[in-house]
Amino acid sequence: MSPRPALTARQAGLLSCHICGQLARPPAAGSHALRCPRCNAPLHLRKPASLATTWALVLAAAILFVPANLLPMMTTASLLGTQHDTIMSGVVFLWQSGSWPLAAVVFFASVMVPLLKIMALVYLAASAQRRSCRQPLQRTRLYRLVEFVGRWSMLDIYVITILVALVQFQGLATIQAGPAAVAFGAVVVLTMFAAMSFDPRLIWDPLADAPPSEQPHD
Amino acid sequence: MLAPDAHPLLPADLIACHECDLLQREPALAPGETARCTRCGALLARNPPDSIDRSLALACTAAVLYLIANLYPLVGLEMQGRRVEVTLAGALHILWHDGMGPVAALVGVTALLFPVLELLMILAVLVPLRLGRASPRLAPFFRLVRSVQPWGMVEVFLLGMLVSLVKLSHLATVILGTAFWAMAALIVVLTLAGRAFDPRLLWQTPGQTP
Repeated sequence: MSPRPALTARQAGLLSCHICGQLARPPAAGSHALRCPRCNAPLHLRKPASLATTWALVLAAAILFVPANLLPMMTTASLLGTQHDTIMSGVVFLWQSGSWPLAAVVFFASVMVPLLKIMALVYLAASAQRRSCRQPLQRTRLYRLVEFVGRWSMLDIYVITILVALVQFQGLATIQAGPAAVAFGAVVVLTMFAAMSFDPRLIWDPLADAPPSEQPHD
Repeated sequence: MLAPDAHPLLPADLIACHECDLLQREPALAPGETARCTRCGALLARNPPDSIDRSLALACTAAVLYLIANLYPLVGLEMQGRRVEVTLAGALHILWHDGMGPVAALVGVTALLFPVLELLMILAVLVPLRLGRASPRLAPFFRLVRSVQPWGMVEVFLLGMLVSLVKLSHLATVILGTAFWAMAALIVVLTLAGRAFDPRLLWQTPGQTP
């Protein structure tokens, strides 16, 4: 795929405000601490330190993903004894109790989405760093998907909140949140920040820099 | 601090795609139409009909629904004659005293604080616009709306409530409270309000008519 050569704002020496879209030409003297002439938001050519920030946040999220899945998410104390549940055993419980659509929803939102999101961000950051010209449209779509779907991983945190609040029948049954809840919440927040710090325009910049004839076709 | 030129020489309809940086002309939009980037397909602009009136009406509705959703119990359980009902604030209180401070804070911010902050900021922008007092001073409020938006997760919270109720339904009778339905309606109304609002109205100079 070789997109039509086109002029980007960066090539034209223009900055676009990420809040209101106003185009502005930076003064020749310097280009730090600029503000949008229309809405006064900070102006950057690209999000500052975009890749480094994304890498740091994704790495932190990947590390915390381990305890989030291995430690107990909740502890149920009832007349029958005490039971520790991880995210996966919660999914298994839902599946076995017959509500397999919900089991699928929770599995997807709590296990698949964070995992795929971390992998997608690694791929996006790595390919942007390599200045790859490959499949920019598909990578932009992947980025949009990551941004859209990330929030749904908060599902398990909310489930725990309601379970802990409702099941407080002293003597009969109580539910407490486990340490995995903190780790899991951190994974969701870190991956959301990672997606926000990634600048999708970095996907397109190598295309503007390479003349169409010299674009690699890997 | 250096102020860049507003650049009066650039054509007013020249815009850069916020996702791929392509320079292009923004087409004139009929009411209800949207403009997308010719290269990457990102949404560039929308022209919702009756933008200010509709989004203001929806934002006011959302404010009422938000109050109901937080004052009344969300969900409840009935077990062996004992009945438990919780509000959102009540649930956070229990979680906090359970030693889960960070989790309670995360839930409080995403399900309680940021949705209302978003709503107040939308109203702070819309009311002056409706009164015909568009001014650049509204810009900071709009920026706040934009930065807070991704963190308001009422719809995820609603799904979370449903999942937890299904988990409990085999051991107790489950009650859906007034606030549950108010919250479901709030999600619909907030989404519609967001779609009805045209941010370009903010940047129009007072003399200009849409």
